[in-house]
Amino acid sequence: MKIFIDAVGLAAPGLSSWTEALPVLRGEQAYEAQELDRYKPEQLPANERRRATDLVRMAFRVCEDLLRDNPVSIRRCAAVFASSGGDYPIIDQICKALCEPERLVSPTQFHNSVHNSAAGYWSIATGSRAPSTSISAFDDTFAAGLLEAASLCAIEQLPTILAVYDIKPPEPLQSKRPITLDFGVAFLLSPVESTRSLAQLTLTPAALAAGTPAQVEALEAMRLSNPAARSLPLLELIARRQAGQLLLDANNNPTTIVEVTPCP
Amino acid sequence: MTPLAITDYTLTTCLGAGRAANWDKIERGETGLKPCDFFDISDLSTWIGEVAGVDQQALPASLAAYNCRNNRLAWLALQQDGFLDNAVRAIESYGADRVGVFIGTSTSGIHQTELAYLAARNQLPDWYHYRSTHNVFSVADFVQQALGARGPCIAISTACSSSAKVFASAYRAMATGLCDAAIVGGVDSLCLTTLYGFHSLQLVSPDKCKPFDRERSGISIGEAGGFALLEKTEDARLMLLGYGESGDAYHMSSPHPEGEGALQAMQTALAKAGLASDSIDYINLHGTGTMANDAAESKAVAQLFGERTWASSTKGWTGHTLGAAGIVEAAFGLLSITHNLVPASLHLQQPDPDMHIALPRAAVQQPVRKVLSNSFGFGGSNCSLVLGERV
Repeated sequence: MKIFIDAVGLAAPGLSSWTEALPVLRGEQAYEAQELDRYKPEQLPANERRRATDLVRMAFRVCEDLLRDNPVSIRRCAAVFASSGGDYPIIDQICKALCEPERLVSPTQFHNSVHNSAAGYWSIATGSRAPSTSISAFDDTFAAGLLEAASLCAIEQLPTILAVYDIKPPEPLQSKRPITLDFGVAFLLSPVESTRSLAQLTLTPAALAAGTPAQVEALEAMRLSNPAARSLPLLELIARRQAGQLLLDANNNPTTIVEVTPCP
Repeated sequence: MTPLAITDYTLTTCLGAGRAANWDKIERGETGLKPCDFFDISDLSTWIGEVAGVDQQALPASLAAYNCRNNRLAWLALQQDGFLDNAVRAIESYGADRVGVFIGTSTSGIHQTELAYLAARNQLPDWYHYRSTHNVFSVADFVQQALGARGPCIAISTACSSSAKVFASAYRAMATGLCDAAIVGGVDSLCLTTLYGFHSLQLVSPDKCKPFDRERSGISIGEAGGFALLEKTEDARLMLLGYGESGDAYHMSSPHPEGEGALQAMQTALAKAGLASDSIDYINLHGTGTMANDAAESKAVAQLFGERTWASSTKGWTGHTLGAAGIVEAAFGLLSITHNLVPASLHLQQPDPDMHIALPRAAVQQPVRKVLSNSFGFGGSNCSLVLGERV
């Protein structure tokens, strides 16, 4: 399967946007961990913005970063929102409320608890009625999201946004799901090459093999600490405009070979 | 689109385990709903659709870590109608890595986390395994391992459209060559989060749900599991002919009042099937029983079908099975084709006079060759399926 990447959005500690992260991903500047500020989604109406959780803010942050320098017709874009566990803080708050005798669940927290909350807010913000889906494949979520989005893009012939993100679970969930840092990434996929295209991806399933590590040593620990960060080796190749092949390993999915060819 | 054969399917709801038990209750017009007695709940005046025998299910020993209500329900549902054996046979014949697994769920095994918090909310107990029980992917992981498939595997979680959208994802994965066959399905189980959550939104009916009735007062929450096997076989009476997905771009927990997103999903599904609306013999409506859903859906359906096509909701039998509603209602659509019977819209006494669609108050025996099934979810996530004989 062949598709084109037209734009990238990124947010992680010390990698506050795709543009800001380029020197680090290219190995030109040392990585420095720095916590992300709380993000204010630009496209959300004020009412929805007030209700938007940290997870929804992360999804918007990377989607809006991707759109910053790309005048695409967003209402035409299909979307795949992929998160291994969804909104851990909201799940924690609801489960705590259910321990109280009154069991008062907040209606806003309840509608924010659905796995497709970011997709819903995104559709409201952009006015897009294009197909969108929300998935999880636990630690395979990046590879599975990429295959899902590439299939959607290729079969429906629609530009497709893939957003992959996970945020740190609060305690006590953190002890059972140890994700130690927030990470979000977004790609704008296109079925055809254009002047905006950054790289062509060819995706092929393969037999079991180990995943390709990050080239920047300081980013390899990050790659393993959040399922969305499994995207880092791909981000490095795109940032460096480097041709190459990498393996996305998986537990429940076939290993995916990703062949990256920079576009002129 | 090129139709896909549905070579086997099964469903387990509060009506019973397997196709025959479910259809028997449909033919008799007997609901599976009962007053809420789930877990220790004493303060919710509502009706639920609980599947019998879920807690008596023992998972295969190698998958003991997956033990939670949702996966027990998945296991119970997999064993009905010979589905497990047929799926295993398909996996052996295609090769494990050529068969994908696409499972829809809304809350997966969240009840296990609720139990863990109730037991020890500061330091969760040792018996609690987040990954294999609560996590959204747990049920897809469980099904994949229970069957022995090794192709692409995802959980789709778009609230109440989840297990309709699995058909679209599986179609695309087969069309791009990621797999040659797919097991699709949906499993959602009763939990405190949805019972109290929908209650907080004032969407839960104190009575049995009455979709499209002028006195409807909300949903009854149910649980269910169902699966289908999709293959590229050329000729089968039961096929996936089309799918349509859309967003409402309107509100997180209310549908677009004119049903514009719903209309787009139905139109896309018909276009993919290459069918005009008059080719559809029966519409299984999303029909939750809330004021807003039924009003919006009837507007969209009226625009495409008027009062020419029988349209009913089967949620009066099963309750709203949330992430399993898509597969359950696809299965009712397939059963409707097999038995040439349009199910009634159960509990409909006085149709809302603003609904200009053909709602049957009693079952209708007539030829049924093609069915449209609607599933709409929170966040404005819509999916319609067209099922039936090849065009």
